Amino acid sequence: MMLPFDLAVRTHGATVLRVCRAVLGPGPDAEDAWQETFLAALRSWPELGEVSNLEAWLVRVAGRKAIDVLRARARHPVPVEELPETVVAPASDADGHAAVWTAVATLPERQRLAIAYHYLGGLRHTETAALIGSTPEAVRRAAADGLKTLRDRYDG
Amino acid sequence: MTTPPPAGPGSVPAFSVSEAELAGLAGKLAHRAEDESLLEVAYRIVDSPVGRLLLAATERGLVRVAFEREGFDGVLSGLAARLGPRILHAPWRLDAAAAELGEYFAGRRRQFGVPLDFALSHGFRLAVQQRLPDIGYGRTMSYRQVAELLDRPGAVRAVGTACATNPLPVVVPCHRVLRSDGSLGGYLGGLEAKSTLLELEDRAVAA
Repeated sequence: MMLPFDLAVRTHGATVLRVCRAVLGPGPDAEDAWQETFLAALRSWPELGEVSNLEAWLVRVAGRKAIDVLRARARHPVPVEELPETVVAPASDADGHAAVWTAVATLPERQRLAIAYHYLGGLRHTETAALIGSTPEAVRRAAADGLKTLRDRYDG
Repeated sequence: MTTPPPAGPGSVPAFSVSEAELAGLAGKLAHRAEDESLLEVAYRIVDSPVGRLLLAATERGLVRVAFEREGFDGVLSGLAARLGPRILHAPWRLDAAAAELGEYFAGRRRQFGVPLDFALSHGFRLAVQQRLPDIGYGRTMSYRQVAELLDRPGAVRAVGTACATNPLPVVVPCHRVLRSDGSLGGYLGGLEAKSTLLELEDRAVAA
């Protein structure tokens, strides 16, 4: 890949951060996963051949990094389900949209991952299913259920 | 490409991330890249009386000064192709160069001391560019005189090409090379920029 790496960060940094936040909540874990994603990309950058869809490639890397963090969390005493109230710090978000990330963080893990990789990351249902060890149909349903919950919450 | 649809009635609110957050993350990434020796080219953008300038450096030194009219994204792509694609915005790596340029534009500096990396130049062009700092501050030479200085009196056009392809304008003073009739000749940053630099040096010398 001979594209200046800086351009990849500027073009795809926001999408990768959305994916990491949807999986891990609006705290430092998401920022760590973002860093690990771009560091991994930077390490392999010159050897990386031309990638037809760079954003999807980065989202897949981010997906693996975020799942690594989730698994590490699962090995710790604090269950993932309790994170929004106990561990996840509110994002310092100048636009005042931190609430949506906190809301996403309260969704069941399957729904968060489906929203992260498919809805925010733009991966196809089949790719998302392969990434999280599920079926395309289950991913489609999880994404729809998660988005419905968020909509209900924001309409109310 | 994958931007979520805008939030309308009954839809999910925007999953927004702010520019400042991304800038902070990118800065931290550049520091970590530097720690792991993964930063091939660092760049920053500075304001100047001749418009915004892009400054780029390798580990060896300042490698490129570019004018905004050259198109910064195109310049970065060129650097990626010539020097390596691990390019990141790492302004601290160009603190010394930015400070010296600031002093130069304020009329308080007549020579640059930061290390230079001529990796983008070869052969006769390199020879010309390395001699250009010999033309003192506030002085000028013709393309012909520079050719003679290099014992290549027939290479007037090649000197012109070497000036036109100078990767380090302002710092390597190709703006001090004019046509034999005293007219400006060409300049990568535009003739207005060339006159601005010459007038700046004239004023500082006269002061």
